[in-house]
Amino acid sequence: MITVEGLYKTFKVSKRSPGLISAARSLFFREYIEIEALKDVSFKIDEGEIIGYIGPNGAGKSTTIKVMSGILLPDRGSCSIMNRTPWEERVEHVKNIGVVFGQRSQLWWDVPVIDSFELLRDIYKIPGIEYRKNIAMLTDTLDLGSFINNPVRQLSLGQRMRCEIAASLLHNPKILFLDEPTIGLDAVSKIAVRKFIKRINAEKKVTVILTTHDMNDIEALADRILLIGRGRILYDGDISGLRNRFGTNKTVTIDYDESSRKPQIEGTDLLSWSPERAVLFVDTQKTSVSRVITALTNQYELLDVTVENPPVDEIIAKLYKEYEI
Amino acid sequence: MRAYVSIFRMRLLNGLQYRIAALAGVATQFFWGFILIMVYEAFYLNAGKAQPISMEQLVSYIWLQQAFLVFVILWYRDGEIFSLITGGNISYELCRPCTLYGFWYAKLIAQRLSGALLRCSPILLVAFILPQSYRMSFPPGPDAFILFVITLLLGLLVLVAISMFIYISVFITMSPAGSLLIFGVFGEFFAGKVIPVPLMPSWLKRIAYLLPFRLASDLPFRVYSGNISGNEALAGIVTQVAWLVVLVILGKIALDKVLKRVVVQGG
Repeated sequence: MITVEGLYKTFKVSKRSPGLISAARSLFFREYIEIEALKDVSFKIDEGEIIGYIGPNGAGKSTTIKVMSGILLPDRGSCSIMNRTPWEERVEHVKNIGVVFGQRSQLWWDVPVIDSFELLRDIYKIPGIEYRKNIAMLTDTLDLGSFINNPVRQLSLGQRMRCEIAASLLHNPKILFLDEPTIGLDAVSKIAVRKFIKRINAEKKVTVILTTHDMNDIEALADRILLIGRGRILYDGDISGLRNRFGTNKTVTIDYDESSRKPQIEGTDLLSWSPERAVLFVDTQKTSVSRVITALTNQYELLDVTVENPPVDEIIAKLYKEYEI
Repeated sequence: MRAYVSIFRMRLLNGLQYRIAALAGVATQFFWGFILIMVYEAFYLNAGKAQPISMEQLVSYIWLQQAFLVFVILWYRDGEIFSLITGGNISYELCRPCTLYGFWYAKLIAQRLSGALLRCSPILLVAFILPQSYRMSFPPGPDAFILFVITLLLGLLVLVAISMFIYISVFITMSPAGSLLIFGVFGEFFAGKVIPVPLMPSWLKRIAYLLPFRLASDLPFRVYSGNISGNEALAGIVTQVAWLVVLVILGKIALDKVLKRVVVQGG
């Protein structure tokens, strides 16, 4: 469905040292630095996949999304989405895609949400029956009913974001690009958005490409992760693969009858300690979880034991560190 | 096509919301209208020979200029498009299956039309019942009135085609201030907003006739007042259509060109 091959994109950014003299100098001599936003990016995405596209700020995520949605012309490389090159057949291409840029808005600020939807209906030439069906479905699943007739300026961020997502799906796109759709949302809205994405993916076979910094989004949604850093694809695979590679450590939390001694077991680090509770970090390359628990049982009257995988956030942070991105 | 009609309707309804702005505009325009008429009255009383436009025609010219001010002024802008370009929301506009030129063109026409609809009727209504020397007169005949409506609407199309270049330039400069000032001062002067075109010295008049700016205001207003009639008015319509075609083609080429190099930064 989507094939991207050898994409390159370089931006020219003007730079200047601080101060008056260099400001005056820059009137005559402009200095530019070239930033390579994409360096040989290639991947393939099949129909119905949900892809988590992650990477630190400035890694090239949004640039890739912009290239794929036909807004940005790459320097080199090819991209074929449903057998079209986005920047060459922009108008035909965009009929098949829905885009949400989390930091921008596509709704008209001063008019009720429903008016913006009707405008989109006309722009995409959505037939009446299909439009009404989609509106009903979107209103229902995204819970828009109570504010669909309010002007956009009076909506909360979470309400607005749900409307943005609805707006990008009115025309039944086959592919949905979500660029940070949960940015700034509260827990309830985040969960609503995630549930919805899962649902349209399952019911309508919409292919979803999601960029986010919220690893819970990724964990809840993505079958597959693409990690990009400094313009290169560094990892392409599923979450458990990531865990196997980087998440070999565990945390063990124990509750016990009051005791004044701190656990000291080889291959572990004490993360926190109180007379009733301790949290241990276990390096599974040095010791095993069962050995640690045995040692703990010998030392304490245990009330409860919890073994956890480290949060994905930590894995990602480690990953970024390893690749020095 | 439906998309363009829809965006037109949406912008029109949106524009009609701003009643207070229109009211303030009407008050200002009255003030300006009176001052201008007084100035020209003094000028005509002391002028030796006959002027190329009669005082009566000039009064109508001035009131029409005030009533349809948003058809004249180039700085009457759509801030939304500017912020789309400089802020990056243009990303969304580019994800639509429409040509950006047509989309914006429809939007801009609607914006000016809604501005004019709100402002013109109170001004014209009062201008018709003012005392004699300030009163606006009727067009010399029904044909003049029909020609006036045609030239006025075509003029609007020409003006919006001109103003598109302001928006296109913002892709390069990233700030609308400069283009607005240059287009505004230059364009409005040659549209006859400062000095009515018929009162310009003949060498200046020749320049004004070579440029498209006067087609949106000077031409229809003089058709209305009877200062331009018959064949000259028809020639004016041909000129309008010719300019319209040239401006739209150039605008489309320019917009395509800047869109090729547009880079939406961040997020």
